[in-house]
Amino acid sequence: MKSNFKLILYLIGVSLAAQGLALALPPYFTQMFMLASINAILAVSLNLVNGLSGQFSLGQAGFMAVGAYTAASVNVFLLGGLRGTMVGDQCALVLSLLVAGLASGLVGYLVGLPTLRLKGDYLAIVTLGFGEIIRVIILNIQSIGGARGFIGTPRSTSAFLVTLVLVLCVIATHRFVLSTHGRALLAVRENEIAAEAMGVDTTYYKVQAFVISSAVAGVAGGLFAHYLSIITPSTFDFMKSVEIVIMVVLGGMGSVSGAIIAAFLLTLLPEALRPLQDFRMVIYSLALILMMLLRPKGMFGRKELWEIFKKRLPNP
Amino acid sequence: MEGFFQLLLNGTALGSIYALIALGYTMVYGILRLINFAHGDIVMVGAYAGLFTALAIHAPDHPNLFNFLIVLIAAMAASAFLGFLIERLAYRPLRNAPRVNLLITAVGVSLLLENLGQVVFGATPRVFPEIMPNVTLFQEGQVAVTNQQVTVFFTSIFLMIVLEFIVLKTKLGRAMRAVSYSHEIASLVGIPTDRIISFTFIIGSALAAAAGILVGISYPRVDALMGVMIGIKAFVAAVLGGIGSIRGAVVGGFLMGISEAMVVGYGSSTYRDALAFAILILILLFKPAGLFGKYEPEKV
Repeated sequence: MKSNFKLILYLIGVSLAAQGLALALPPYFTQMFMLASINAILAVSLNLVNGLSGQFSLGQAGFMAVGAYTAASVNVFLLGGLRGTMVGDQCALVLSLLVAGLASGLVGYLVGLPTLRLKGDYLAIVTLGFGEIIRVIILNIQSIGGARGFIGTPRSTSAFLVTLVLVLCVIATHRFVLSTHGRALLAVRENEIAAEAMGVDTTYYKVQAFVISSAVAGVAGGLFAHYLSIITPSTFDFMKSVEIVIMVVLGGMGSVSGAIIAAFLLTLLPEALRPLQDFRMVIYSLALILMMLLRPKGMFGRKELWEIFKKRLPNP
Repeated sequence: MEGFFQLLLNGTALGSIYALIALGYTMVYGILRLINFAHGDIVMVGAYAGLFTALAIHAPDHPNLFNFLIVLIAAMAASAFLGFLIERLAYRPLRNAPRVNLLITAVGVSLLLENLGQVVFGATPRVFPEIMPNVTLFQEGQVAVTNQQVTVFFTSIFLMIVLEFIVLKTKLGRAMRAVSYSHEIASLVGIPTDRIISFTFIIGSALAAAAGILVGISYPRVDALMGVMIGIKAFVAAVLGGIGSIRGAVVGGFLMGISEAMVVGYGSSTYRDALAFAILILILLFKPAGLFGKYEPEKV
């Protein structure tokens, strides 16, 4: 109980510090910081599937889109009465984020259950297809803006909330890995057949991880929608999913701190390369290929940032 | 009813293009277990190679079959070389790395080709020159068959027969089948696996280039991002037929093309691109191994 209290204090402290930072920085940097943090949440969520359970999902942007559009619709169409004061705005935001998480989690369950029973690349293929389908569906629903995009979501996301969610995700992932569920998941990653032989219900644990991951991606989508206040279907295309996968792999599969650092790097790198104009994306993609060839394990491998400076211990 | 036959014809021509591209996906998957995301972009490079060859030999001034063949062969050679380079420089160093790395490298190569394409060829779409005169060969009521459709169809069928011959009747093909069965065992019996994998990429990329030329003839518009959607649809065709199966890729390609033509004809063209994914989800839910593939549970 005491440690939980300290943890909560710590959480609020970090989030307040982030809020202070966001207020102190020039607006351009604040925006970079916010987008990078939202990307970091997405990377941490995908890390659960691609890093910790050894599956391969290619449709995180699809779940982000479900979350973004659900949160925006709930807040705009249902919670209009709640908004007005600052407290009311934040309550409406949190409520819509919760609904967004639930909706994305449910969609994740529907997508994950049939495909996670199979081994191999099927999850990658199905999630790729799902991400595109959800985009086409949104494009064709006029009441949420269609191709024009959903305009008019209140701009109520704060650096405080984004950081809070990010840190919560990190702590939750850390604890999850140490729990029974996490150990089962690691066993599945290391050797699915062996895990099954030891009595691990592999499908159950894989689906569980996938549902949690999609729910968190949905929350990140909600935060995204309430930060930019305008969302278009083209934001959530295949490239966005690939970007999130790259963050996870660049950071090192399974390394939470690596995923966060990679998310910040990859959000800031294209901005830093902006003076190069047309060659920006050429260099970006070249860097990606070279990274894979020269350091295939990512920056940190499976280790966390703080483990690198310790003595070399065998991987957990 | 005439409308139906016309759509069937259009769909068959389109489907033969998808089938050619799907063959490349399925061959690479069969031999490396890799979804080669860059394959669609090789189609784009092939189309551009064809465009520049056509302009260099002044093909639009006197369009005929001979010019078409020159353009086709030049584009196939250029793309085959590109496919060889990609495998050699980007995929081969990762032969023993985790599959995820290979997949991401493939995405990286795809991004590189798209962005480099936009820089080198320009971001604005270009018109593919008319290398074949467009004549209606046959007209019955509203159903019309043009020589372009016939060329597209027979070029594809011819290339598929050549491929079938290579895979089933030659030493190279036997080696390819052996490597796709098991790299280790193939190398134990003296098959140079690396060289066979290179050949697979060369053949697959040449087919992709041919598809690029056929796209250029049927829909005379070429741009640096044209490979993305075509690539995804052909990939779905490969999955539909059973990825790894050559016959499956051909059948999947034709099914894909015909159903797309039907959706455009009878439904709405906004759902044209969604159809591919709807088929994908359905096939993965009910028959994940595809029509011709075998789903084999892993054994210890």
